[in-house]
Amino acid sequence: MTVSPLFAWTDRLAALPVNASERPFLSQLTVRASDPAAIAAMGAVLGVGFPAVPCTFTAGSGEFGDVEVLWLGPDEFLVVAAPDLQIPIEEALRGALGSARGSVVDTSAQRTTVVLEGPHVRDVLAHGCSVDLHPSAAPAGTCVQTLLARTGVILLVTGADSVTLLVRSSVAEYLAAWLSDACVEYQT
Amino acid sequence: MQLIPCPWCGPREEAEFHYGGQAHVAYPEDPSALSDEEWAQYVFFRENPSGPFAERWSHSAGCRRWFNAVRDTRTHDLIAVYRAGEPMPEVIS
Ligand SMILES: [Zn+2]
Repeated sequence: MTVSPLFAWTDRLAALPVNASERPFLSQLTVRASDPAAIAAMGAVLGVGFPAVPCTFTAGSGEFGDVEVLWLGPDEFLVVAAPDLQIPIEEALRGALGSARGSVVDTSAQRTTVVLEGPHVRDVLAHGCSVDLHPSAAPAGTCVQTLLARTGVILLVTGADSVTLLVRSSVAEYLAAWLSDACVEYQT
Repeated sequence: MQLIPCPWCGPREEAEFHYGGQAHVAYPEDPSALSDEEWAQYVFFRENPSGPFAERWSHSAGCRRWFNAVRDTRTHDLIAVYRAGEPMPEVIS
């Protein structure tokens, strides 16, 4: 049995007022490309256009099911999909990239994913994150790379009361412990 | 804590950035032709102005891009930020 980075935290995370739950083993591919035609071709293969605006992400579904494409930099993206799809997606993206300059690398093992939901999500995150998460500044579709409690994370705002965190597997347990502590004052 | 405006990500906390020294220090056209003293000048010697100073910064905990900033060394105010490859903007000190 393969144990996910936050397997031991499943029950404790679920009991938090932010209803935290791990989404382990998602397929993740780091894409570096700047040629607009190649970026469009890769979006067409996934059925999701790549984000054109910094600090946003796009979502949609196609041949590989539900896929999110995260803006990480002006020529850098992270493609996130369901588990066990990294090899076919890597092949499809490399085909779409063609001879354009760029790269597609499987980075699925680098990060695990934690979903937070509920009315306290933004308040809890504000205890350790300096980015303005007010809905007017960080609406759904926002994707920021920042520090949360000194841990490097990718933070996706997926809805009015829902946030997805991508965190490096090796520090995921530290972040889970911090979340548990930050949630104490919101426990009922 | 001071906010630094990344040209890609917008204002972020200072702790997300790393400092990269003086900007616009060109690599010598023909390094092998340099004397030891000229090489030492290129490697080690930097401006130390009192006032606006063009510097390299990296948004290392965010988009991980290098960019340039003009900072007033007397006040620590960032007067302007601009992306790598863009010309240094005119600043009034
Ligand atoms: Zn940035």
